[in-house]
Amino acid sequence: MTEIKRSHAETIQRSLSKRYRAEKRFRAYGMMAIALGLLCVALLFVDIIGKGHKAFLETSIQVDVTYDAEVLGITDLQNKQQVALADFQGLVKKALQKKFPDVSKRKEKRELFSLISSGAGYELRERLLRHPELMGQTETLWLIADDDVDTYYKSIGSKGGAFTGRTSELRQGWIDQLEQEGAIKLGFNTTFFTSGDSREPEQAGIWGAAMGSLFTLVVTLTLSFPIGVSAAVYLEEFAPKNRWTDLIEVNINNLAAVPSIIFGLLGLAIFINFFQVPRSVPLVGGLVLTLMTLPTIIISSRAAIKAVPPSIREAAIGVGASPMQVVLHHVLPLAMPGMLTGAIIGMAQALGETAPLLMIGMVAFIVDIPGGFTDPATVLPVQIFLWADSPERAFIEKTSAAIMVLLAFLIMMNTLAVVLRKKLERRW
Amino acid sequence: MKNTQKLAIAGAVMALSMASTTVFAAARDYVSIVGSSTVYPFATVVAERFGKSTGNPTPKVESTGSGGGMKLFCAGVGTQHADITNASRRIKKSEFEMCQENGVKDIIEVQIGYDGIVVANSVDAPHMNLTRKDLYLALAAQVPGPDGKLIANPYKTWKEVNPTLPATKIEVLGPPPTSGTRDAFAELAMEGGAKKYADLATLRGSKDEAEIKSLMAKLGIPENAFNKKGKKVFKAVAHAIREDGHYIEAGENDNLIIQKLEANHAALGIFGFSFLDQNSDVVQGSTIEGVNPEFETIADKSYSISRPLFFYVKKAHIGVVPGIDGYLAEFTSEKAWGEDGYLAEKGMIPMPAALRTSIGADVINQKPMTADGL
Repeated sequence: MTEIKRSHAETIQRSLSKRYRAEKRFRAYGMMAIALGLLCVALLFVDIIGKGHKAFLETSIQVDVTYDAEVLGITDLQNKQQVALADFQGLVKKALQKKFPDVSKRKEKRELFSLISSGAGYELRERLLRHPELMGQTETLWLIADDDVDTYYKSIGSKGGAFTGRTSELRQGWIDQLEQEGAIKLGFNTTFFTSGDSREPEQAGIWGAAMGSLFTLVVTLTLSFPIGVSAAVYLEEFAPKNRWTDLIEVNINNLAAVPSIIFGLLGLAIFINFFQVPRSVPLVGGLVLTLMTLPTIIISSRAAIKAVPPSIREAAIGVGASPMQVVLHHVLPLAMPGMLTGAIIGMAQALGETAPLLMIGMVAFIVDIPGGFTDPATVLPVQIFLWADSPERAFIEKTSAAIMVLLAFLIMMNTLAVVLRKKLERRW
Repeated sequence: MKNTQKLAIAGAVMALSMASTTVFAAARDYVSIVGSSTVYPFATVVAERFGKSTGNPTPKVESTGSGGGMKLFCAGVGTQHADITNASRRIKKSEFEMCQENGVKDIIEVQIGYDGIVVANSVDAPHMNLTRKDLYLALAAQVPGPDGKLIANPYKTWKEVNPTLPATKIEVLGPPPTSGTRDAFAELAMEGGAKKYADLATLRGSKDEAEIKSLMAKLGIPENAFNKKGKKVFKAVAHAIREDGHYIEAGENDNLIIQKLEANHAALGIFGFSFLDQNSDVVQGSTIEGVNPEFETIADKSYSISRPLFFYVKKAHIGVVPGIDGYLAEFTSEKAWGEDGYLAEKGMIPMPAALRTSIGADVINQKPMTADGL
């Protein structure tokens, strides 16, 4: 008897260590899975930040600009026609010529003049229109450099050596000279955050796309949240449970998994071809994204309503509340945090979407910053797509920088969703 | 009761749709441009400069591909339709007819310049000296075999194609069939190579049914591929690119192709000249028939794989949508499309001065195109 007992204890002892090992292994698998995930995220961030961090800096060159009425061909600053035709880039050329007086050949001059961005002229025009008293004066200004100069200047001292593909030795010499004089510097790139798209990388910014995203999301939210919540409330609280509601439920769940491009095609057929809404505007973008986010919002709202315990409803009915009062006074307020979380996640999904917008013309080159729901606009992820497709070298870093901005927005929205849930959640 | 409700709903829907039509179709104060992704980088620069210098709203440019652009452009007259479409090839006869049917009668055709297509590899790989015949033999689905009949492409390495080339595996990254670059590459490089074979060249020029049939039998082309125009049969043969893994469709993003070439030294890539121009530190263009792809060689046409670029303007919209005439003037100005213009800076190859002058004059006179020669 005792022998058998011992052997039982032994087997347990022996198997115990085996079970511990299995337990350890099991945990290790879990940790490995998380480590792998973290590694991917880390790689993504390192790659994007490594490529994109320089986009937040821009190269500028210091020159003495003289607002010469003769070069501009302006006699009267109030005359719009004259201002429109004025050669403001000529001022930049004059200033560069003054800085490098011994450049005289035509080809060399062209190279010299392209040190500074073609956007500098517009900058000077704005400045002169704001301060008309500057006419005839000379001032020392930092003007943004051309994208080739910018790429070259940023790549000096990098691992693979400087990128000289589009910067001739002549230009490199001038940049060296400017460097010694302290007339070239890297500064914070405000243009990137304040201007719209441009084909000149040094003048391109994400403000236009950000505004487009904002207008689009406003349309999406104002439509999809009320519609989604009403649908969820009706289905959960009022609808009879029969074959029809089952069918509707299956369809809603199905729609949540439909590829987003389908919604784009639907939007093209209904909103643009039938209702004649113009292409490429936030209104139509918002409508299409509403179709896409509705299922997400309905599903999460229904889950939130389901989580409200029946005792609350029964108590309300018990003190004489009508079904509408039960819903409006008790169920909705209690389910609101869950619904809001669902809505925010739906919005975050809509913010990152490009495929449905392709069909309705929001994948477009738009320079002017949209000022309303019917101005042509594009959105952040589309801007990333367009820049990634551009030949200019300097757009590589802009692409990564725009991804960083988009990620920042997404992280903010998702954090908000988590915080709301933590703060407002009630447990019964 | 039920009927009146239904009527009311139907009425409301109709009223809504009519109201929306009138509200939205009323005014558009910006020019709407669609079309080719090859012309897109140039059209956008012009649009931006036009907007910034005149203070007009900047035209909106969509990159829909040449074919997609034509569809949108030819859909009709009215501000809900595009004003201008870009194309990396001429308008097709079928497209012109579609335009006419939908009431788009007067179309102004503007040729703007040239674009070169390059075959490039990493700068760390040996420089390639190719001919169009090499490209045809390396990339076609079917090539003439030893007995003159077409056989499935047997070539695995460049050395098998041409003994002077290195013995590396044929691996070419290029655009998918939807791309205009692919069309142009097939037309210029593949056809150019296929023409080097006498039978194929005769087939191309032949309009005689008996001759076409006998040539088809000689080449081993199945009879159901017969067409009264030998050129069509020829094109079907020459444009077919192999699908056995030696040609890899790399998507429309040329930057992606360049990144892949940087990583894979054995591969070659096909893309537009402006991308070579911007990335000369990582990729080098192969010489085609002894000519290097350079700005000058494409301009003087000695580089063989280059094509003209166009855009098409709806005449009925000029004066209705503000800014079209201004955009045209900007595009056809010397500072834009001239030899030292800003489009050249962006990688477009300008046309000779005489051609620029004559096209510029046609644009000023708003001379509509005809279907002749399409």
